[in-house]
Amino acid sequence: MATTILKTNNLSIKFGGVTAVDQVNIEARENELIGLIGPNGAGKTTLFNLLTGVYQPTDGEVSIYDGTHLKNVNHVPPHRRAQLGIARTFQNIRLFESRTVLENVLIAMTTQSKARTAQALFRTPGFYKETAKKRARALSLLQIFDMIAVADELASNLPYGQQRRLEIVRALATQPKILFLDEPAAGMNPQETQVLTDLIKQIQKTFKITIILIEHDMNLVMAVSERLYVLEYGKVLATGTPSDIQQNKAVIKAYLGEEG
Amino acid sequence: MSSIIQQLINGLILGSVYALLALGYTMVYGIIKLINFAHGDVYMLGAYFGYFFIKVMHFNFFIALVLSMFVSALLGMLIEFIAYRPLRQSPRIAVLISALGVSFLLENGMSYLYGSDKRAFPQAIKTIQYHFGGIQISNIQLIIISTAVTLMIVLTIIVKRTKMGRAMRAVSADQEAAVLMGINVNRTISFTFAIGSALAAAGGVLIGLYYNNIDPLMGMTPGIKAFVAAVLGGIGIIPGAALGGWLIGILETLTQAVGLSDYKDAVVYGILIVILLFKPTGILGKNKREKV
Amino acid sequence: MDKAHIKYTLSWATLVLMIFVFIYVTTIFDVIGQYGMTTIVLIGINLIAAVGLNLVIGMSGQFSLGHAGFMAIGAYATALVSSAIPSIYGFIISLIVGIMVSGVIALAVGLPTLRLSGDYLAIATLGVAEIIRIIIINMKSTRGAAGIFGIPNFVNWQVVFGLSVVAIVFVVNFVRSTTGQAIIAVRDNEIAAESLGINTTKYKVIAFVLGAMLAAIAGGLRASFIQSVSPQDYTFMQSITILIIVVLGGIGSISGTVVTAIVLGILDVILQNFGSLRMVIYALVLIIVMIFRPKGLLGTSEFSLKKILFDSGGDHGNNNSKNQ
Repeated sequence: MATTILKTNNLSIKFGGVTAVDQVNIEARENELIGLIGPNGAGKTTLFNLLTGVYQPTDGEVSIYDGTHLKNVNHVPPHRRAQLGIARTFQNIRLFESRTVLENVLIAMTTQSKARTAQALFRTPGFYKETAKKRARALSLLQIFDMIAVADELASNLPYGQQRRLEIVRALATQPKILFLDEPAAGMNPQETQVLTDLIKQIQKTFKITIILIEHDMNLVMAVSERLYVLEYGKVLATGTPSDIQQNKAVIKAYLGEEG
Repeated sequence: MSSIIQQLINGLILGSVYALLALGYTMVYGIIKLINFAHGDVYMLGAYFGYFFIKVMHFNFFIALVLSMFVSALLGMLIEFIAYRPLRQSPRIAVLISALGVSFLLENGMSYLYGSDKRAFPQAIKTIQYHFGGIQISNIQLIIISTAVTLMIVLTIIVKRTKMGRAMRAVSADQEAAVLMGINVNRTISFTFAIGSALAAAGGVLIGLYYNNIDPLMGMTPGIKAFVAAVLGGIGIIPGAALGGWLIGILETLTQAVGLSDYKDAVVYGILIVILLFKPTGILGKNKREKV
Repeated sequence: MDKAHIKYTLSWATLVLMIFVFIYVTTIFDVIGQYGMTTIVLIGINLIAAVGLNLVIGMSGQFSLGHAGFMAIGAYATALVSSAIPSIYGFIISLIVGIMVSGVIALAVGLPTLRLSGDYLAIATLGVAEIIRIIIINMKSTRGAAGIFGIPNFVNWQVVFGLSVVAIVFVVNFVRSTTGQAIIAVRDNEIAAESLGINTTKYKVIAFVLGAMLAAIAGGLRASFIQSVSPQDYTFMQSITILIIVVLGGIGSISGTVVTAIVLGILDVILQNFGSLRMVIYALVLIIVMIFRPKGLLGTSEFSLKKILFDSGGDHGNNNSKNQ
């Protein structure tokens, strides 16, 4: 069995009197594709924010595999978790709008940069060499995702679907071990969603990483996920393969009850 | 002991004026996130209006106070209409610069028109000193504190009980939602400036009566201190501004009393830094998180 | 370094040289006189301070309202050190001292306040600048409100011109560096930057500290040039003067800062004739420019020789211009 690279232990967070995530235990293994579903307000994005370090849990813990064993990262801030191999996209797109597509990807490589600021200031040969290397890598990523033609466009000028795609490319540029996708198909039409479905499968295959996906589009989730967690009222309601979940009475009730 | 109480009372009087000013800062910041640099200058103009109504029109002090508040309210609305409203969709720093422009305009315009020298504020009310044990308090001081408290009560009633007050709270909580609820945002902001400016003018007239002189630059330092007071109490929080104003006033008076008058301003800014380090949202502030 | 790049760099160097020669010729024929010379030097000094502030406001998106405080530190460092060691070396040491002290204070202020989002840096810098000024007024060694006179002069227009060019090249190159791009990323979207492993506080602090250091250089140059310092030179008004240069020029636009520093410097000379009406006009100009051009005169666009002289082909990335 593949190594577990992410695990939570009774993870909980309270906002005022509301327990948004309640004693959640989940785990993800290497190169696994996990879907996270549940009605609106079930705590999916809050769980993402706990896993990526935006929020601090009130109780319980988050552990990430650091190469040898699972390590508690409760007190590791988001940017350090990113350096541990966690990357994400956002429900409401968060690009660097004043920068070009290529620059967005280059910025994601900041922490891998070997070029010193001093080299950049004095424009040493080392600076040019390092810059050229990074560019080549960024461009090849854009190539894979078919975005090379828009490399010099301002990120804010891209159409919506392309912006979502750029967020994924940018996240991948950090060379993550785990990629969190927060509603990547939101606002997409069926054709775009189909393209995205293939894309997510392709990412898992090409980059050999773990993907955890929040999505409301059931066709997409069921098509790509190997395993699903269903959240309701901040608790894990069920877990299993897509076909298990589709048969699960409690899940059906939660969905029919909530959304008719 | 009695000298400490005496200093506390003096601080409370000065603090009342800071509090009146701080209320305007906090309301404006709460509603449009602007550090309104021109606010201290509205306080200065308020004092000049008071001067005009007492010295030239020979009105009774309290009538002059109310008239000055009224005229300043109109002025505040005018400033907002001309210099801030066209910038509603612009970067926030543009509005900040515009506010600085208004501040320069009022200070230098007044200097240009009426000279930059100090002028004596008419002694509209004869000073009477009262003694209680070792403590001394004047009728002017009593007028200042009672006027300030009265105005704060009126403000609280307006904000809590009236339709306009509810609109103010709604707009500062969430402007977009307020629009959807049918609230006229422009009118609400205008009203906020009117109220804030009237309170500043009251502060200006009271301080004119207290210190007996006014000048075009009199609003600069109290303006910054009142802003510090607003931050201290928790910017955007109305009771916080009053609390902050009084605290700053007392602190400043006590610093002077222990013989550090050269550092009285530095202490105020020092407190500001300490607050930012330990409780940046201010004494009454609550932490807010950005939604991700 | 490819050929196009060398050509591009050379054309900038030529432009700078042409401006230098132009000023030099005017001094030979004494076209602008002593007063004009002083104006040029003060424009250069404001420019250095403003370029530094633009790094803070434009690149990192933080408000600083206390730039004068850091200028004051530079000015007093030069006043004290170069009076004690009245040689060019003393002057250079004084600049370094100013830069270091300024940097350390900026670090101490920036680290805690830049963790927070919102206008806290603006408020803190406003307070710190005032505290610096009050301490200077009350310290014995700084001779209080009267200030220090007879500071040896090691600054002429050539020095200021040279350092202005260095400051501009420094900032422009810095913006294109990995660190500079990270700073801009933090400004554009802090949460996204954080999610990519960027330590947002660190990058905001870097920008703020560098800005404060540039302000210290400007202050040191100014002290040496006018040969006196006084706390009245570094009030809130001075912070605002620099802030206005940055904002009127266009936040984030270095070309805008350069143009506005020059235009305002000249405007100042013209308005001298208006006496006390000068500040009134200045105030009106500010309000009117903000209402009609809220993004500043040049917005965020940069003046690009590449656009004018060469056809800027697929050479993306080296060119920071977002021409509109």
